[in-house]
Amino acid sequence: MKSWHEFITMGGYAVYVWSSYGIALVIMLANAILPGRQQRRLLKEILHRMNRGERSE
Amino acid sequence: MFVWFHKLASPPFFYRFAEKLAPWLGWLSLLVILAGLYGGLWLSPPDYQQGDGFRIIYVHVPSAWISMFAYMLMATAAAIGLIWRIKLAHAVSAAAAPLGASFTFLALVTGSLWGKPMWGTYWVWDARLTSELILLFLYLGYIALNHAFEDRRTGDRASAILAIVGAVNVPIIHFSVNWWNTLHQGPTVFFGPKAEMPPSMYIPLFIMMFGFMLFFAAFMLKRLQVEVLQRERNTVWVRELVEQS
Repeated sequence: MKSWHEFITMGGYAVYVWSSYGIALVIMLANAILPGRQQRRLLKEILHRMNRGERSE
Repeated sequence: MFVWFHKLASPPFFYRFAEKLAPWLGWLSLLVILAGLYGGLWLSPPDYQQGDGFRIIYVHVPSAWISMFAYMLMATAAAIGLIWRIKLAHAVSAAAAPLGASFTFLALVTGSLWGKPMWGTYWVWDARLTSELILLFLYLGYIALNHAFEDRRTGDRASAILAIVGAVNVPIIHFSVNWWNTLHQGPTVFFGPKAEMPPSMYIPLFIMMFGFMLFFAAFMLKRLQVEVLQRERNTVWVRELVEQS
């Protein structure tokens, strides 16, 4: 790449290149965020059930 | 070494191990991917035929590679779970499936976005594309079957059989470009006198593949932690863990 302009326009392929990377970003972010969230929610849920003195199924 | 591996298969030991290792792998994957992107999107020269359009390769090939790697991991773990009844093995398969499915989807979408400007079409029913689409359906089938039963163990066993039978599709994807006349290009030669890519093009590709592997490893561990928690929720160690937190 010789300039920012060239980088952004991708030699006329901007639509295809940048939408590819955009979708990749969305999918990878989702994969990075969701499991940690699920883990925290699950830990909380188990704690709640324990406090109520129940066995979780 | 063997003692260590044996310990790793014990859920509480694994859980604590993953809790420490996953963040390191995650941040490292971010660094490696950023380096690969800088090499692939900025430093490498445009392709003599495809111009800057070829740069989709740096996300397409690593995703496709992870899509197949994750499937082999899922099927191998499923077989181990069926044969040796190791608790953690089915959890590995269940954790690999959503990650594998999302990278298969990514490989298909980026391939489609690459196909449009180069082949003139988003989709064609050639052997490589069709077998990769079947891979996506295998992942989705595995996930659906795994959750289809009241009893988790029944679901694990049923979906494990699907995963193992479906593994036959992975070599088909890999060799499809050699076995059939496809619109998808054949394997790229990287080294030697017939090399089709200069180092400035393939080095960023290898960096991206390594970065995607690290990413997969990091969030595979994270998902596996969730699977282990769900499966072990009534055990003493999970109760202790929850009390400490």
